[in-house]
This record gives sequence, structure tokens and C-alpha cells, in this order.
Amino acid sequence: MANYSTSEFKGGLKVLIDAEPCSILENEIVKPGKGQAFNRVKLRNLKNGRVWERTYKSGESVEAADVLETDMEYLYSDGEFWHFMKTDDSYEQIAADANAITDAKNWLKEQDIYTVVLWNDAPISVTPPNFVELEVTDTDPGLKGDTAQGGTKPATLSSGAVVKVPLFVNIGDVLKVDTRTGEYQNRANK
Amino acid sequence: MDNWKPTAQLESLQIRAELLIKIRQFFFERNVLEVETPLLARTTATDVHIQSLEVLSVDSVLDTKFYLQTSPEFAMKRMLSAGSGAIYQICKAFRQGEVSKIHNPEFTMLEWYQPGYSQSDLIDEVESLISAVLPIQAIPKLSYREVFQQQLGFDPHNISFKKLNSFAAEHIDVGAQQLSQTDLLQLLMDAIVVPHLPKNIFVYDFPVDQCALAAIKKDSDGQEVAKRFELFCSGMELANGYYELTDSNEQESRFEADKNKRQELGLPEYPLDSKLIAALDYGLPNCAGVALGVDRLCMLAAGYTEISKVISFTTDKT
Repeated sequence: MANYSTSEFKGGLKVLIDAEPCSILENEIVKPGKGQAFNRVKLRNLKNGRVWERTYKSGESVEAADVLETDMEYLYSDGEFWHFMKTDDSYEQIAADANAITDAKNWLKEQDIYTVVLWNDAPISVTPPNFVELEVTDTDPGLKGDTAQGGTKPATLSSGAVVKVPLFVNIGDVLKVDTRTGEYQNRANK
Repeated sequence: MDNWKPTAQLESLQIRAELLIKIRQFFFERNVLEVETPLLARTTATDVHIQSLEVLSVDSVLDTKFYLQTSPEFAMKRMLSAGSGAIYQICKAFRQGEVSKIHNPEFTMLEWYQPGYSQSDLIDEVESLISAVLPIQAIPKLSYREVFQQQLGFDPHNISFKKLNSFAAEHIDVGAQQLSQTDLLQLLMDAIVVPHLPKNIFVYDFPVDQCALAAIKKDSDGQEVAKRFELFCSGMELANGYYELTDSNEQESRFEADKNKRQELGLPEYPLDSKLIAALDYGLPNCAGVALGVDRLCMLAAGYTEISKVISFTTDKT
């Protein structure tokens, strides 16, 4: 695999740090008038999401990571793996394990498109779209006409996630949910 | 297409022009002579951390390699040896590869020398200049040892490499890189010490390994220190000054040491400035000198945190 020198560092570059795939978020050059130049680099570990800073002497190089971010369609879960298919008409499938799927499993809906990060062709993370539409499979009965007042109740969605919803929501309703906060947005009934 | 436009904010051009007038007024009142020295010269700074831009001349008279000056220091010292007395210069300086939010490869430098001044005399004069051009009064002054002791609790002149290394590892992640004692001190200075110091501060008496072209003397505790100071404003290095090294033998051996280190690191080697050595041999008066970044001064005056806002056209936009 190729190497990147500090002079090639920039946001978005995928590099291998301590044998883990990482993405450079920010690269700041520190250069005293008299003294060694350094690159202070903010990195995100693409497997566990950890963000931290590491300082490199300018001129050092790091190994490039074979990381590909790709859109994939969610197919199904067999309980151990979550199966996705490429959207490039290749019908190629990959199976993500629990380490890769993490919280994204709360927002899965068949045929929806997810961003899958592949490292050496194996999935290491799955990111749902910012908003998903999921059907309510369980909640207390709705209070008819109660659309204005406050108050919330829990509702279980088809993906298994539990979100706080207004009292008027019923089983069978399709809800738009912000996957970044887990917050209910509105009803998206057909 | 608006990439033809200046990178500078137009109001900063006005601020720069006013600063230059105030600076010239300041030195005029103090009888310091404004001079000009070549930007293009056969020799250049040999400091391993400063890279010069080379200019190839195919001129039949001057068929040689020239360097854009990284500072006017050598030529000004030759003037001082010739008996110029106090001199200052506002000029462009060039440093290869220095590009960041606060660096441009071509920048404006104010450099001045005061024969008969000590390090602390010159610190006071820098303070007077800053007060004359920026709304800043009474800048605190602390030694390098004091700032490290205050912020990190150890004496930077007397810490073992092992201790320093493990101390640095607690604060800064450098992976598996092998860094020198000086690298570690400079990293801690930048990442931990400076951000916790007063907004504007002079730091003086540097470790001897960071002497550059400063004289080395014993401080009041008997510790050998480099008579070098820096002014930090809003976390930026604004000025760097020395009680100047005048010993030609010592100067020659520092040149040699730089040359060896450049070879070791595979960096371009520059011809040693034998005319500077000759001038020091003849006699550089005891003096103190300082270089101050004029673009950064403009940033402070105009309230910008990016150098591109005060440079008419940064190198990448030419």
C-alpha cells in the first residue's frame, strides 16, 4: 500500500494508524521560527469512531488505508450478520457483523440505502441516512384529536428502536425519525 | 471567476499602511537608520529547520546559484561590523514550504539591531514599539525556565530525556516517532505552555540547544542559557531576538554543525557565508537584534486569525 507524507495530509485522507483505519479530519501545521515543523493531525478511527490528535514531525509518512465509502442497500439480517448489496448493478453482497453495524441496527429498513465503509473490502461501519421512515409496531393506543397538546409516549418501530412520540401516534403509522438524535420528526403516512 | 481578487481584506491594506508609518516614525525618533540589503544573495541561513528558495541565474556575469533571503540578518551584521550603528529594515523574507494559517512562504519582516543593547534592553524596546502600534501595554516577561516551571512543573534546562519523554507522552500523542529533547520541549511549549500563558508575553533565556544565533551566557543561577527571547501575542510567535553571537569561531562552528546535520538529514547544503565570518572576525559590536513578523502584527491590529487576510496576494493566489 502507498504512503502519504505529511505534506499530502488533508481532511478526508484515509490512513492506517497503529494498524487501524483512520480518517484525517483536520491537519494543522505548527512551525516555530527556529525549530522543527510539526503537523498536528485530528484523526477519527473508522472502526470505533474515536477522535483524537496525533502530532507528526513534518516529513514523516504514514501508510494509506484501503478504505472505500460506498452506498449499499440493506437486505436482511440472519441474527449474526446484516446483509447489504452494492447499488452498482453488480448485485455483490457483503455481511456486516455487530461491530460494524453498531447503532445503525436501530434504523434499518429493507431496500433503504446506507453508507458502508469498507476496509480491505470488509465492512467496518454502517451509517444510516440522517432521516429514515419506519413503521410503528407497538405503542399505547392513540388519543384521537390530541394533536396540539404536549406529552409523549414510547413507540417501538419496525427496526426495533424505541422512540418518544406524541400521544396521537398509532400502531401502523409511518414516522420520520432523525437517526443522529433518535428524535421523532413527524408522521409520514402515505 | 473572482480568483483575481486580492486575498487581503481591503481594510487590512489600510491598517498595514498605517502600521508601516508608525514603525518608521518610531525608529526615526530613536535615530535608528533605515537600511536595505539584498533579497537575492549567494549565501543563506543554514539553520536545518529553515529552507531557502533557490534562484538559478544564467546571466553571463553572475552565473551562479542564488538564494532568496530567509532573513536580512547576515547582511545587516556585515553593516554593523562596518560601523553602521543602530539599523532597521522592513523587507520581504522567503521560506520554502512554510504554508499554514499563519505562514506564507513570502512574508514581511521588520528586523533591527541596537549596538550596546543587552537582551533585556531590546525586550524593553520591542515592548515600546508594540505599545506604539497596538493597544497593548506592559507585557509580562518570564524566562523559559519560569514558564515551564509554572505550567508543567519542571526545569527545562535540567530534565533527563527519559523523564521528558514520559512527561510529553502524557500530554501529546506522537505515536512511535523518535523525537529529540529539543523537539519535545518545543512541542510542549506550543501545545501546553503558550496556550496557558498571558495573551501577550516575552519568554527569554532559551535552552542552549535552541540558541540559533544567540550568544550563550550563564544566568543568575549559573545555568548556561541562550540569550534569546520570543514575544508571543495571542498564541502566535510575533518576534524572535538575540543578544547576538559575536565570536567568529563559535559562528563558524555553528555553521559547520548545521552543515553536518543537513548532510545527515539529506537536506540541501548551502555555502557557508565566509563574508559574515570575516565581518565577525573584524568585529561585530556587542549588540542585540530582533526580527518581527509584520504580517502577524497586521493580523493583531486588524483582529484576523489568518495571515491571508492581511497579505495582498498570498503565494498560492499569485
